[in-house]
Amino acid sequence: MNNILTVSPSPHIHGKESVQKIMRDVVIALMPAFFASVFYFGLGAIIVTVTSVASCLLFEYLIQRFFFRKPITITDGSALVTGLLLAFNLPSNIPVFIVVIGSFISIAVAKMTFGGLGNNPFNPALVGRVFMLISFPVQMTSWPVPKGLATGYADAVTGATPLAIVKEGLKNGESISQLVGNLPSPARMFLGDMGGSLGEVAAVALLIGFAYLLIRKVITWHIPVAVTGSIAIFAAILWLSNPEKFADPMFHLLAGGVLLGAIFMATDYVTSPMVPLSMLIYGCGIGIITVLIRVWGSYPEGVSFAILIMNAFVPLMNANIKPKRFGEEMKNG
Amino acid sequence: MNSTVLITVVSLSLLALVSSVILYFVAQKFKVFEDPRIDEIQAFLPSANCGGCGFAGCRNLAEAMVRSDSFEGLNCPVGGEAAMKEAARILGKVAPVVDPTVAVVLCNGTPESRPRTSRYDGTADCRISNSLYIGESDCSYGCIGNGDCVRSCTFGAMYLDERTGLPVVIDEKCVSCGACVKACPRHRIELRKKGKKDRKIYVACSNCDKGGAARRACKVACIGCNKCVNVCKFGAITIENNLAYIDASKCTLCRKCVAECPTNAIVEVNFPPRVSKAEPVEENASI
Amino acid sequence: MKTFPSGGVHPPENKLTAEVPIEVLPVPEKVVIPVSQHIGTPAVPVVEKGDKVRTGQLIARGNGFMSTNIHSSVSGTVSKIESVLDGTGFRQTAVFIDVAGDDWAETIDRDQKVNRECNLSKEEIVGKCYECGIVGLGGAAFPSHVKLTVPEGKKCEVLIINGVECEPYLTSDHRLMLEKGEEILAGVSVLMKALGVTKAMIGIENNKLNAISHLTEISRSFTGITVHPLKVKYPQGAEKQLIRALTGREVPSGHLPIDVGVVVQNIATAFAVYEAVQKNKPLFERVVTVTGKDVTRPGNYLVRTGTSLLKLIDAAGGRPESTGKVVNGGPMMGKAISNMDIPVVKGMSGIVVLPENESLRNAAMPCIRCSKCISVCPMNLEPYLLAALSEKSMFDKAAGERITDCMECGSCSFTCPANRPLLDYIRLGKSTAMKMAREKK
Repeated sequence: MNNILTVSPSPHIHGKESVQKIMRDVVIALMPAFFASVFYFGLGAIIVTVTSVASCLLFEYLIQRFFFRKPITITDGSALVTGLLLAFNLPSNIPVFIVVIGSFISIAVAKMTFGGLGNNPFNPALVGRVFMLISFPVQMTSWPVPKGLATGYADAVTGATPLAIVKEGLKNGESISQLVGNLPSPARMFLGDMGGSLGEVAAVALLIGFAYLLIRKVITWHIPVAVTGSIAIFAAILWLSNPEKFADPMFHLLAGGVLLGAIFMATDYVTSPMVPLSMLIYGCGIGIITVLIRVWGSYPEGVSFAILIMNAFVPLMNANIKPKRFGEEMKNG
Repeated sequence: MNSTVLITVVSLSLLALVSSVILYFVAQKFKVFEDPRIDEIQAFLPSANCGGCGFAGCRNLAEAMVRSDSFEGLNCPVGGEAAMKEAARILGKVAPVVDPTVAVVLCNGTPESRPRTSRYDGTADCRISNSLYIGESDCSYGCIGNGDCVRSCTFGAMYLDERTGLPVVIDEKCVSCGACVKACPRHRIELRKKGKKDRKIYVACSNCDKGGAARRACKVACIGCNKCVNVCKFGAITIENNLAYIDASKCTLCRKCVAECPTNAIVEVNFPPRVSKAEPVEENASI
Repeated sequence: MKTFPSGGVHPPENKLTAEVPIEVLPVPEKVVIPVSQHIGTPAVPVVEKGDKVRTGQLIARGNGFMSTNIHSSVSGTVSKIESVLDGTGFRQTAVFIDVAGDDWAETIDRDQKVNRECNLSKEEIVGKCYECGIVGLGGAAFPSHVKLTVPEGKKCEVLIINGVECEPYLTSDHRLMLEKGEEILAGVSVLMKALGVTKAMIGIENNKLNAISHLTEISRSFTGITVHPLKVKYPQGAEKQLIRALTGREVPSGHLPIDVGVVVQNIATAFAVYEAVQKNKPLFERVVTVTGKDVTRPGNYLVRTGTSLLKLIDAAGGRPESTGKVVNGGPMMGKAISNMDIPVVKGMSGIVVLPENESLRNAAMPCIRCSKCISVCPMNLEPYLLAALSEKSMFDKAAGERITDCMECGSCSFTCPANRPLLDYIRLGKSTAMKMAREKK
């Protein structure tokens, strides 16, 4: 056997990249936000995250074991990332059984029905989250007030998110300047000291994760910059037209799930476009739809819907927007 | 209230009327005449759309049958005689007699008889490994064993034998559509006439090298020694490029050549009693 | 520093033999010289069994324009003309010679003094290249006289000399630049004359600083030749990428470098041209890098063509116990060989022996659409798409996505985190699409 040579087509060497390493990097990049969530929401954050991750892994295993009957691939880390992201999109006091249902929808419906990793058109974590939002609106929108480790789990004191405060206030005819008093300061919002989903509150932690992903070349800047840039510009135009009726762009960027969505959800490989130009269009689409939902829609927050809507356009963009090929035209120095 | 209902009913009815008139004329204008016999014939075709007849699908064959004057070159190998008779009855023509055929693999190079001299580690696709190099053995003619033929078979009539690494045709399921013949980049699969009781005798080798080289690469290679030609009373065997070929239309299945072949390259299948059933490419050729 | 604009990867360089001087391999006892060592029609043997031949004597004549001459690399007796296995396991005709002494044809000038002056005309130089069987020594073995014959109506403006050697492991060009710098530049001047150009650019990657400074030093005494350091990036040695890096010109899809007024020749080819034109020496030996992590004496060997690869490996310390794969050429674009008993040919630039644990591919996973293949493709294609289309036999569509622009550099397969065999399928699709295009014509 030792005498026999191996033959295969070139290339004969392979780079160091692997799916596992990419997933591991994403998990590492999510860690600052996880620690921040534990810091703000205490035990609840841990319970929700562990439940979500464990049930996502379990469902993936069960489906592969009993329906696909192919080799089990939960070690590729994709279910782990889905579980983490799903947890990050939930309030920290949500009952465990709802988390399990959400995980089931994420893995079984949004991912495995399409054939597993690489085939799902929509971001699994977001499908799960939106399903839960529609099915359990009360539990999904009662946000614990961050009290650190003292927050508690089932008995947490709840309050409204900044976005909900603005939405309610404007509906009741109040102006932004009247509402400012009820809102956390931009500095507090940047640090994450506000109500919200457990992973989305701490902008600073998310930005650390973003920097890590960029350094490790897991993602490129295109999608996050396009999302945040288009939100900032769109919100700025509205704000300048009437600062009493519309919140300022900084508020839009720091409140809600914009950063979590732009950095971690919209950049999901499988459901995002593959060419830089498409990435920019996709990002801008998410930004614009988000602001539209926030300002004129009935939900206070719209990032999840915006990403899912733009997910639907990805195959269209992949099929029609092509990179500029080398030698497409003659270039003479 | 009443007048609203009236206006609605009248206006919608008018709209419907106008549309129907337009549709009528459009339908007349763009009417395509279709011979009803096409549908009738298609009903008797197997609807597998396998392309075995050389047309894209069953309907295209039915159209071609209606169009042509004779049945020259038109045959549904899957439906076989029954389907062709029905088609002929509908069209009032006579169906030509086409012998039913079955796919056979012209290689018997198991790992024991054809030693592996390298290990292929690329994509398991015969087209890719065939364009890359000779393959895992020293025989540049034999089966590559990556199963393009098995994947091409839409009737589940082929499988790769794990021990031998060679594809096996399940005679009962094979409809001789020819997909595997096209899929094999080395053209090592042949559609052969079905013999009585599915019996067949054929040369399970495609090696055109000279005897010595062929023999070195594979123990059961045809070495072009002419012994089978000499023993065949019916002139069914010819040798070309150091390779024997048995013409199935002349072969009487007498088995003389099988006994004569020094390398056991000639294989007999479905002959009682020493041969087990439906194992066409096994090493059961030896006596 | 110059480089090509988009795509490219950085495989680990592993240039183990960069500091090992070229070593002359002793003439073997017998050689097997295939008559087809180039792209194009095989040459026709002009010797018979029993003929006595001298080193450098013509033994097979080129058959038409897209072909070239083959010469004996040794002196001795032709023992037979028969088929021999090549690296892919297929047979091809070769001349077998039993060696006796080393008696060179008297036409060859064996003086080591560098001869810079060349008084031959364009046609004479090109003729000499054909006569001496010069082919591109970068790996493709494309007959040089074809490249040097500028088609009617086209004009060559710049000659580019490829000293990039972007493949990992290989160092034969690097050593040649260091040891035969003046000869190479004299060869470049000859090539310039053959093409009628006044400007030649030598591109060398920045990981060969000593070669850059050495050639820059010598080039001061030559007119029109400049040396350009290039940023280290694979596949810079690809013709179109090198032209883009050095001149900014982009060769359009489906065209040749000459369409933008450029001809590219390899460093080793320039050296071979020098020897052929100035010293009358046919191409019958070349520098081959024999390397690999477990090879005991990796080095750069000057080998006569037709020497058995086994001899060459023996010289490098024998075949390592751990051998899993032997690659003819670099690990990115080279061909794995199935059989070690093959002759060294003109196009063999290196032999890389990969250990068992680096030989097997990792299991492929589903595509996660990370788009890394798109970002590394130097031709800005979409490898994931081309591979998928080929896998599904949708070759028409793949041709529409410019699958034929692919130059098989392997950057996509190298990068793919899911270990997908992208290039396997793209190569299949490319060859099928090209066949379909030819049939249409």
